[in-house]
Amino acid sequence: MSTAHQFCTFYLNHLLFGVESLKIQEVVTHREMRPVPLAAPAVSGLMNLRGQVVVVLELRRQLEMPDRPADVLPVCLVVRAAEGTVCLLADEVGNVVEVEDDTFEPSPETLSARLRSVILGVHKLEGQLMHVLDTERACEVQAAGKGQTSGA
Amino acid sequence: METVFAMNDSDEIVKEFVVESYENLDRLDRDLIALEKNPNDREILASVFRTIHTIKGTSGFLAFDKLGAVAHVGENLLGRLRDGQLALDREITTALLAMVDAVRQMLASIESAGVEGDRDDSALIANLTRLQRGSEAPAKTEAPAPLKAAAAAAGVEVDERTAAIGKAPTPQVEAAKPVVPAPPRETAATTTQSDTGEAQRAQQPGRGQSSGVSVSDGTIRLDVGLLDQLMNLVGELVLARNQVLQFANSTEDGGLLATSQRLNLITSELQEGVMKTRMQPIGNIWSKLPRTVRDLALACGKRVRVEMEGKETELDKTLIEAIKDPLTHIVRNSVDHGIESPEIREAAGKNPEGCLSLRAFHEGGQVNIEIADDGAGLDQDRIRSKAVQKGLITTDQVARLSDREIVNLVFLPGFSTAEKVTNVSGRGVGMDVVKTHIEKIGGMVELQSRPGRGVLVRMKIPLTLAIIPALTVTSAGERYAVPQVSLLELVRVENGANRQGIEMIHGAPVYRLRGRLLPLVYLNRELGAAGATPNPAENVSANFAVNIVVLEAEGRPFGLVVDEINDTQEIVVKPLSKHLKNITVYAGATIMGDGKVALILDVVGLAARGGILAEGREHAAAQAAEAAEKGAGAKQKLVLFTGRAGAQMAVPLQLLARLENIPGEQVERAGNQWVTQYRGQILPLIRVSHAMEERRRAPGGDVLTLPTTDMLQVLVLESEQKSFGLVVNQILDIVESALEPQSPATRAGVLYSAVVAERVTELLDVPSLLRAGESYEPAEFQPTERRDLNADRLNADRAES
Repeated sequence: MSTAHQFCTFYLNHLLFGVESLKIQEVVTHREMRPVPLAAPAVSGLMNLRGQVVVVLELRRQLEMPDRPADVLPVCLVVRAAEGTVCLLADEVGNVVEVEDDTFEPSPETLSARLRSVILGVHKLEGQLMHVLDTERACEVQAAGKGQTSGA
Repeated sequence: METVFAMNDSDEIVKEFVVESYENLDRLDRDLIALEKNPNDREILASVFRTIHTIKGTSGFLAFDKLGAVAHVGENLLGRLRDGQLALDREITTALLAMVDAVRQMLASIESAGVEGDRDDSALIANLTRLQRGSEAPAKTEAPAPLKAAAAAAGVEVDERTAAIGKAPTPQVEAAKPVVPAPPRETAATTTQSDTGEAQRAQQPGRGQSSGVSVSDGTIRLDVGLLDQLMNLVGELVLARNQVLQFANSTEDGGLLATSQRLNLITSELQEGVMKTRMQPIGNIWSKLPRTVRDLALACGKRVRVEMEGKETELDKTLIEAIKDPLTHIVRNSVDHGIESPEIREAAGKNPEGCLSLRAFHEGGQVNIEIADDGAGLDQDRIRSKAVQKGLITTDQVARLSDREIVNLVFLPGFSTAEKVTNVSGRGVGMDVVKTHIEKIGGMVELQSRPGRGVLVRMKIPLTLAIIPALTVTSAGERYAVPQVSLLELVRVENGANRQGIEMIHGAPVYRLRGRLLPLVYLNRELGAAGATPNPAENVSANFAVNIVVLEAEGRPFGLVVDEINDTQEIVVKPLSKHLKNITVYAGATIMGDGKVALILDVVGLAARGGILAEGREHAAAQAAEAAEKGAGAKQKLVLFTGRAGAQMAVPLQLLARLENIPGEQVERAGNQWVTQYRGQILPLIRVSHAMEERRRAPGGDVLTLPTTDMLQVLVLESEQKSFGLVVNQILDIVESALEPQSPATRAGVLYSAVVAERVTELLDVPSLLRAGESYEPAEFQPTERRDLNADRLNADRAES
């Protein structure tokens, strides 16, 4: 038995990622952010989203990818997580795709443990693989060590 | 609203009782009518019985005697009806409705006057009693002689009632009993004299309801969630207002400016109003303390009296909830550990009855709560040995601690000096929990102990958490907000011009602030911001100004060095998400007028990170000791300054809005006053030496030389909702001192003279200075003779007033 799921897709470092579209509140263009000194490296800063202060996380850092080239403006995926609204930075938004359960395969063992907890697995789409992101894990941040400085 | 606030706050329970009873009575009316139509409906009967029973019980508890008496006979009658021993007929229904009316009238009277009123319900009681006995004695046929029966019956009933109160299971009734003023017998005694007229009077429409809106009509019950939501919305509105104001100020459109000013005004008022809806008097939680103290004192074999001051002090409901437990804990501690047993007290020459005093007052935008006992104080040796014994601290460390630090060891987790664990205290959870709770809501708690004379615990709680005034500063190009409650003053150090710059103590930067060394924390460095100078010494040598924000963390002052000091504004505190919670230097975030996000600094966290809380202790302890030496009189914070000829003068700090340096060229003349433009307003300036010119002046003395090019040191004072600037020769210091008038005033504008900081100091009478300042004319452009005339006239004016 297979069920259809809607995924909102986006690109990170030329890889296709997907998040269940129900988890996405909205996608907004990049706007000015307030960096937070002393925060974990993945915390890009705080953003004013219509009067709400939302924490912005850099997905590239969360996924242990190289930093985004300076000339690429990120997009913000506003995600409803258990801890409240979180904004995730991605390179570019893709389409909304509908996938069946039977195209899914869990992450291979060769992926690092940390990454495997964030990337649930892949959907085998035509021509490419869509990485399925666990939004809750993607919105978690390791506590910043004392004295550690943000690269922001 | 007005009615609610007008009523004594200790009547909170009574008020609730009235509102609740009204609701019940309305139902009772309907039920009784329904019952008349269908006398055998046991369910309705039971419901009616319960309602009356509740009213009886509560009125007994609240010592509403007459109300209780009426409800009691009503209940008896209903009881018989419910048990099927009587059948409901028209006469009984009428009597029951009359009873409901009587109860309603008494409630109205309680509501308006706080007492049941001077009334006599004996006829009603007699009637109800007669009906209740209906089946036993055929009283209905003995119509001519009801009076006698009534009198007897009423006597019996009233006695039963007192018995019922005594028997009631709730222990509170016992406490309430001695308060009952009128012996119930009196009611019975008057029965024989007052007869038929009373029944009619009882049925007259409520006397107490005539005046104004009653409590039950004037109040509605609200979901706290709704209030929270309103508060959030107002917060958003404040933000939007700030943005609009900023936008409007950058345009030339007069209409927009006017509208935005109006929006500003309305928003402020709305904010105030919504905040008020959430305000509750602290008496609400205090009211439970006397009983706690009494029970505890009994259990410990002590005698303790509770004194309260400032019960009406209001603070936000969420804060009231948050301080409830810590407060109870401190009070229990005071009774259990602090106050000695009567024998010991007597041996020490004290009143065998201990005194626990609670004091609450507003100061500096905060609520201060003080809990003081006159017990033995803290035993420092025991604290020392206990702390070592529990492994909280080493023997070496203990030896180095100051007295003040020793006392504050009780705030360490796992500390308790109680020899044995009682159900009251001694479990080792206690003061540390109190401290964490208070600090969680942005407050602070400190403890002072005087051996043999007691302990004072002082809590400072913010008024509200949602919207706070804050100072915005810039560091490394980013803005931060500093809550104004921890702000002491702002200092700008021009390194080049002023030799007294920033100095180093073995690499730790300090600044000499009025003779005291102020440790400095560099915000850039603490936040590890890009471009921050790793070594502040470079900053010192560099020839540019340093902005120091003088803050207070846990009673210890320190200077926060920032790149730029912007302005003050009201900000709405937005909590930080979990991702950032573990960074202790931030208390939250906010959205500024331009829509950008700013971080709110947590002063205590910042101080801890900067190492201030470890270093600054001895310094603070020394200051505290100094203050303690000055005795226990009523202390007041004063601003010291010198007037003409170096005489030391003082004004209370609470009148001081700001200290300013105003260049002489900015002083302008308006009408017959000297003024300056100050924060968009016109600030009248009064020269202290002129305003209180002595009658016999030294010949040729300079009366008023305001328009100079020098910097004028100005105290911006606020009195009677007016601001004015007092130009003084030199601002000396801010001190806390016990004021004891040593000699009466020798001239106008002075309240009295006292010795402050070892010098004779005149305490200025600010309101009279203000009046004098308004009436005098600036004199320096006039010939000397006229000047004298003016001064004389001024003095004459003053003498008249």
